[in-house]
Amino acid sequence: MAEPIIRAQQVEKFYAQPSENRIQVISPTDLSIVPGEIVALLGPSGSGKSTLLRMLAGLSQPSAGEVLWHGKPISTVRINVSIVFQSFALFPWLTVLENVEAPLKARGMAAAERRERSIKILDTVGLDGFQAAYPKELSGGMRQRVGFARALVVEPEVLFMDEPFSALDVLTAENLRSELLELWQKKTIPTQSIFIVTHNIEEAVLLADRIIVLGRNPGHVRTDFKVTNLAHPRDRKSQPFTQLVDYIYKVLTRPDVTPDMPNLEPGRKVRDQRQMHYEMLPHARPGGIAGLLELIIDLGGRTDIYRLADELAFEIDDLLPIVEAASLLGFLKVGEGDVAITPEGHEYAESEILKQKEVFRKAALEHVLLLRQITRALNNKTDHTVPEDFFLDMLDEQFSEEETQRQLDTAINWGRYAELFDFDASRRRFILPEVDETAESVEGVEVE
Amino acid sequence: MIPQLKTRYTFSRELVIERTWPFFLDLTVAAGLLAGFYAILWVARFWFSGAIPEVQIYRSPAHLPIYAFYSTVRIFVAYLLSLIFAISYGYIAAYNKRVEALMIATLDILQSIPVLSFLPGVMLAMMSLFPSKQIGIELGAILLIFTGEVWNMAFSFYSSLKSIPRELNEACSINRFSAWQRLFQLELPYATIGLVWNSMVSVASGWFFLMVCEMFPVGSRNFRLPGLGSYLQTAASNGDTVAMIYGIVTMIMIIVLTDQLLWRPIIAWSDKFKFENVEASVRITSPVLHLLRNSNLLGTLHRSTFAPLSEQLYRRIAHRNERRFSHGESTVTPTSRRSTAAMITVATIAIAAIVYAAFRAILLLRQVHGNELLALFEGAGVTFLRVNVSLLLASLWTIPVGVAIGFNPKLANITQPLAQIAASFPATALFPVLLLALSRLGLGLGIGSVALMMLGTQWYILFNVIAGAMAIPSDLKEVSDLFHFTSLQRWTTVILPGIFPFLITGLVTASGGAWNASIVAEYFQLKDKTLTTTGLGAQISAASLHGNYPTLLLATIIMALMVVTINRLVWRPLYRLAETKYRLEG
Repeated sequence: MAEPIIRAQQVEKFYAQPSENRIQVISPTDLSIVPGEIVALLGPSGSGKSTLLRMLAGLSQPSAGEVLWHGKPISTVRINVSIVFQSFALFPWLTVLENVEAPLKARGMAAAERRERSIKILDTVGLDGFQAAYPKELSGGMRQRVGFARALVVEPEVLFMDEPFSALDVLTAENLRSELLELWQKKTIPTQSIFIVTHNIEEAVLLADRIIVLGRNPGHVRTDFKVTNLAHPRDRKSQPFTQLVDYIYKVLTRPDVTPDMPNLEPGRKVRDQRQMHYEMLPHARPGGIAGLLELIIDLGGRTDIYRLADELAFEIDDLLPIVEAASLLGFLKVGEGDVAITPEGHEYAESEILKQKEVFRKAALEHVLLLRQITRALNNKTDHTVPEDFFLDMLDEQFSEEETQRQLDTAINWGRYAELFDFDASRRRFILPEVDETAESVEGVEVE
Repeated sequence: MIPQLKTRYTFSRELVIERTWPFFLDLTVAAGLLAGFYAILWVARFWFSGAIPEVQIYRSPAHLPIYAFYSTVRIFVAYLLSLIFAISYGYIAAYNKRVEALMIATLDILQSIPVLSFLPGVMLAMMSLFPSKQIGIELGAILLIFTGEVWNMAFSFYSSLKSIPRELNEACSINRFSAWQRLFQLELPYATIGLVWNSMVSVASGWFFLMVCEMFPVGSRNFRLPGLGSYLQTAASNGDTVAMIYGIVTMIMIIVLTDQLLWRPIIAWSDKFKFENVEASVRITSPVLHLLRNSNLLGTLHRSTFAPLSEQLYRRIAHRNERRFSHGESTVTPTSRRSTAAMITVATIAIAAIVYAAFRAILLLRQVHGNELLALFEGAGVTFLRVNVSLLLASLWTIPVGVAIGFNPKLANITQPLAQIAASFPATALFPVLLLALSRLGLGLGIGSVALMMLGTQWYILFNVIAGAMAIPSDLKEVSDLFHFTSLQRWTTVILPGIFPFLITGLVTASGGAWNASIVAEYFQLKDKTLTTTGLGAQISAASLHGNYPTLLLATIIMALMVVTINRLVWRPLYRLAETKYRLEG
């Protein structure tokens, strides 16, 4: 095996908390990038894909462990890497040419040479004639081409890509992907290795020579394997391709049963989500859950989620939270990539709206600790109102700041739907609906 | 290589624009540059000339151009200082976690301190620094305008830096941008639009203060600077109506010219710094900008001086960084330790100085008698009432008028620039005129001061209400038509909630302005007569006139505290409400 360009040794990321616990984002992980391969990093949202990428690219310091560049600590050497960003991250006030020239300018290259190289790379990515345009004049696909040109113009040894195609429409993404693959295979670009973060399973299988799947809470490597039996260009319809997609899908949907891993060292004090107090609420809306259940009933009450996503033209990442929410509430049973509806799920999907709310209320109180706590607190207080901060404080023991707010937002959404409580957004307080009449008039103005 | 590249790679858009009279354009630009150069020489000669003990202000209109010129120079020197300071302050605050909170809190308080209270102190300090030179008073005036201009700009720059998208910052880091390149390719462009709008507000408030501080008495001394403000005051105290009209017309001309020659080109130029990724449909155009962009002279100048210089700079920075990196830079710890030590020393000295000064100030405060304190509180109450009455009255007429204008796009196109000019016209320039008229009508300053406060602040409200009414989506208006809402219902469910965030913004600005205006509005010297009324502003003015520093200090503290308290207790919650409940998305 070739000498790795980048090697991460036991890197982890956590945020210290005032209390003894800390929020573990990524548990100790070993990972290396060797020349000559495209590595795809897959994982559900919240598994720390982007954080891991930034540590490998030297943008972010690991909390513990070490990242080595050709055997030397990454912070002590000049590394030659680039990133293609999901949002393109172009400077809107610079022309296409100036955007591409900027990294060379930072390296102190003379104007003439800079310009020549930039124009050559723009030509390579198919942007000839757009030098003087501003990014805002271009379509999304063209902008990402500029993103590629800017990343490639420095001839990086490792090219990092953070969900580079997910802001583009399906056709544009497909087109760019195959062009990238062509550049790579024909060695038009001197890049040694490509490391791509994605949540699109097919994209990973289409591009990668090696696939790493991350699990979450905290982020850890679930599986890391080479794709050996698929030759480029890969056929989405071929059996090995779909089998691989199915396999990865199973790994992603069944966090509890993968045989290999876990990377957690028993000696270290790492908080595991599964022993935690609060379950992680998937960010799905009750209406979305009902919609999914109805679809599954139409399909006979049992289906393969991957097929379902394909049929709906949904990204797996968008569908997963809804599936997880339904299964958390006991409406669905998930197993081996298949989902089956439960009697409660049947009742929920097929009732009329008021009955539906009642079923949801029952399920929510039974399965969701946070909703149970909020309701109990409201009922026990004489004025039937509780400030949001109270629950934020309890949640942030366990979740990052951003996630805490998202957890609470989801809880508010569910609680409102189930008519368990209402939330006064201007005072940031939970209230029981009967108590505060004035809140009614407020709702009309809000834009959902 | 440049000529060849020019034919192939020059930006096509610039070739398309029709170019008439390039020579004439170049001539204009050259003339402008020469004039600017000469003006600087001239100002310098005046500044460094010996002190003219009592500057004579002539009322003849022939002197007006030169007075207007002096005032404008003061404004722009102060503005440039503000810009530099604001950028440095915002930069340090945004990137130094250790001092960030402190610096932002300081900004918040400095913004609430009435600038005019410092007039006598600053002037006397500057006079003693430069005892025999006119430049002392000049610098004093500039410093005062500076303190009136700088805070909102600093705040704007800081918050822009804080809101730069993470991926753009990462793009800079991964490409090893130096701090210099980051500043010019990311931070300044990203902050430009905020800075431009705040600059307009700042320059307007600069004129407001300049009108007052060009001519004012401290104790027995009478400070005068030749300028538009002193011209207007002299004209008013001599009851010279013709001269007053000349002065006001000149002021209007300056405002309009600044708008056309400076702000419009800058706004049109700053359009390219918009961060949104779609092209805006409506754009401000500016012939002046067109002229500058298409001038051969400026282009050549840029190519032959600025461009190679910046190239050299970038190369040098890159090489230095490279060298520093290859040396391993193992000396990091000692330097940083030394700098921490230096910082601790500086901080200690600063804290000691602050403690000492604060202690002296408290000693000063002990000289204020009990009944004087009571009077100050009474004055604060009266001024508080007056500020709010003026806000209420201003809202009463600006809300209906603003909504009417905002709902009528044609009318809005005509009136919005007018309102903008009215908002930048310094109310203090009109004070003498208005007071003269009021005293002829036999009205006292009690009512007059409310009128004066309104004069300065109502435009902010009008301006924002128009913008708010224009921002109400037309489908909401259509809904109210469809369901035949009564006019009361229309106002309470569509219009008022719709303009609420804008109204609050206008009221906050107006409230701050009214407090500051109270110092001028409640106490005025006209024709050797002193018009005065009860109020905190009058007490500040009187104290500064009589050199009664303990009272001045206490009154200033009270005013600053009131403004800060009102901001925290009233405006901030309203702001939050506007941002959550009344935000119209999409």
